Amino acid sequence: MDALDLARWQFGVTTVYHFLFVPLTIGLGIFVAGLQTAWHRTGKEHYLRLTKFFGKLFLINFAMGVVTGIVQEFQFGMNWSEYSTFVGDVFGAPLAMEALLAFFMESTFLGLWIFGWDRLPKKVHLACIWAAAIGSNLSAYFILAANAWMKHPVGYEVVDGRARMTDLWAVLTNSTAIAQVPHVIAAAFIVAGGFVLAVSGYWLLRTRAPMWRSAARAALVMTALAGAVVAGTGDMSAKLLYEQQPMKLASAEGLEHDTAGAPFSIAPGIEIPSVLSFLSTGDPAATVQGIEDLQARFEREFGPGDYRPDQQIVFWSFRVMMVFGLSTVGLSVLGLWLTRRRRAVPDWLSRLLVAALPLPFLAMIAGWLLSEIGRQPWTVAGELLTAASVSPGVSLTEVATSLTIFTLLYGGLAVAEVLLLTRHVRKGPELAEPVPEPERLQPSLMY
Amino acid sequence: MINLWFVIIAFLWTGYFVLEGFDFGVGVLAPFLARTPAQHRQSLETIGPVWDGNEVWLITAVGAMFAAFPAWYSGVFSSFYMPVVLILVGLIVRGVGLEWRGKVANPAWCDFGIVMGSALPAFLWGALFADLLFDSVPAALFGGVFTLVLCLLHGAVFLSLKTDGPVRHRARTVALLTGAAILPLAVVALSALGSVPALIAMAALAAGAALTYRRREGWAFATTAAAVALTSAAVFTQLYSAPLPGMTLASAASGPYTLTMLSWIGLITLPFVLVYQGWTYWVFRKRVALAA
Repeated sequence: MDALDLARWQFGVTTVYHFLFVPLTIGLGIFVAGLQTAWHRTGKEHYLRLTKFFGKLFLINFAMGVVTGIVQEFQFGMNWSEYSTFVGDVFGAPLAMEALLAFFMESTFLGLWIFGWDRLPKKVHLACIWAAAIGSNLSAYFILAANAWMKHPVGYEVVDGRARMTDLWAVLTNSTAIAQVPHVIAAAFIVAGGFVLAVSGYWLLRTRAPMWRSAARAALVMTALAGAVVAGTGDMSAKLLYEQQPMKLASAEGLEHDTAGAPFSIAPGIEIPSVLSFLSTGDPAATVQGIEDLQARFEREFGPGDYRPDQQIVFWSFRVMMVFGLSTVGLSVLGLWLTRRRRAVPDWLSRLLVAALPLPFLAMIAGWLLSEIGRQPWTVAGELLTAASVSPGVSLTEVATSLTIFTLLYGGLAVAEVLLLTRHVRKGPELAEPVPEPERLQPSLMY
Repeated sequence: MINLWFVIIAFLWTGYFVLEGFDFGVGVLAPFLARTPAQHRQSLETIGPVWDGNEVWLITAVGAMFAAFPAWYSGVFSSFYMPVVLILVGLIVRGVGLEWRGKVANPAWCDFGIVMGSALPAFLWGALFADLLFDSVPAALFGGVFTLVLCLLHGAVFLSLKTDGPVRHRARTVALLTGAAILPLAVVALSALGSVPALIAMAALAAGAALTYRRREGWAFATTAAAVALTSAAVFTQLYSAPLPGMTLASAASGPYTLTMLSWIGLITLPFVLVYQGWTYWVFRKRVALAA
């Protein structure tokens, strides 16, 4: 165990935590904005109640996304100073743009939305939640463009041992980013959809109030549509992996040697012939490069070394992502069919929706493990090794201390967030109108 | 171009210290100025809509350093490793505390997080920059105490400007006390920085104390804001020749292409940011009254 290992653990731990909360922020923000828009359009009270209810859950989660994000921006400099010095010229630009174009908008308009219910005209107030939600989505674009550059660097040259940007437009329209941005954002909508479905399912089991059916229907539509985008962009990504990151593709499939008509492996030993070649090129007879042959080629190109990422993690995270992600989407399609034309949500479906809550989160995390562990041993593909990226002056003790502090702090706060969310989900939406007098209500109307 | 980006980064840091300076002060003072939970909420409500936007100034300043001077960015944060970890811990517990306070059954933990999370960074930023300039532990400690008291003063003046009733009255008392305490500290700290902005900052602090005494709260806040800004300006004036020991700005800078692109983006977007953040302060310009 050295500082490099711990720095990698720290990056992994902090990023995984960050990305438990952020997808919910991205998707739920737009969902809440949609609910508030529905209230404006229809004037129906239950949309206002849902807006405030999911708005509160959104804010509880938003806080965690923000505070776990701050660490990200600093730890490049703290633990990865060699990396930062090498890439800052290119990688820093989207980060600065993210702050200027997205974070200011997100935080300022969210503040206006939270405290502006009574102080702003209704339309302006509605515009504030949209601005905040769009800000979140914009920030995802910039950071994902920066991340895509690590895997497929474009628009730069290396001068005096440092990357120099030559074309900002190329960095922002990197083909890897164009495939990855909609893939991750759509996956975030699936996470948010799964969250709303679980909450609505819980309340449908308790009350059957019509407002929960409409919340569930909206989330089912959102999840199913996002599922289509995820599948389409996933296919784009597979074709790009074939060209740009063949080692990741081969490791995700456990393909040892260059193979014509390569099979798609469902699990070790269960294979469908030619499907991998077809998925990655459109031609079932095409040759897909294998791990060992790529290793030999990389050694010839970059010198001796191990250019294979951790095979078990990459292989299995790909399957977890596919199975859990697609089952959430499948559930939403099933739900749409079962609730078509005013049909009620069956109880067993509500139970399933509650039980399925962890799936999209796990799929999201697995996707990131596939993406970033599959990139190893490089931080910048073909240019900079992870081992050469770490801060030379930072000691093992320092990294160990910060790793311990952040892991414990994040762990404690994550538990607190789950408890807090549960508490507010159980409490349910507050009544927007004055509560009617209890004696006038029939018991059957009460819940 | 390199000079322009140094000025932009100094501007972003200065904006951060001026804005988050008062919300650090409010964060620390809120529980001590309140006799009732409603008074506590009243204080925190003055920063509720704006603190997160204020913090983005830090994110932008650091992002801009990363993009424009990568070696400076990585040098500062890898060499001040543990202070930065503690600053981050402070900002984390503070952010969560402020957002969750109204939503938990018992806000005591949130209040502890807000106080600690405001006091730690207020102290550590001063300590970090003092250490960067003077490379000595006593200087760092002194710098930390100075910025902590400065934030308390700035926050107390802000509270006396933005609240009504007993909180306003007590905030004024705290502003006078911290105003008296900071003058001797300022004489030492700012003469060590020894430049024109530092001298004007000293005058601004004296004026701020006098204006608080005469109940000119708006003007008093303008002078404490100016004092924070000028102190920051004095720090960056010193850093200009050596952003880190043995480093020059030119050697740390990104290429001219990146700096040109960033300049266009900054020039186009920053005015919008200033306008809509300014608008937030306008929307919430009224004093926060005590909730019934």
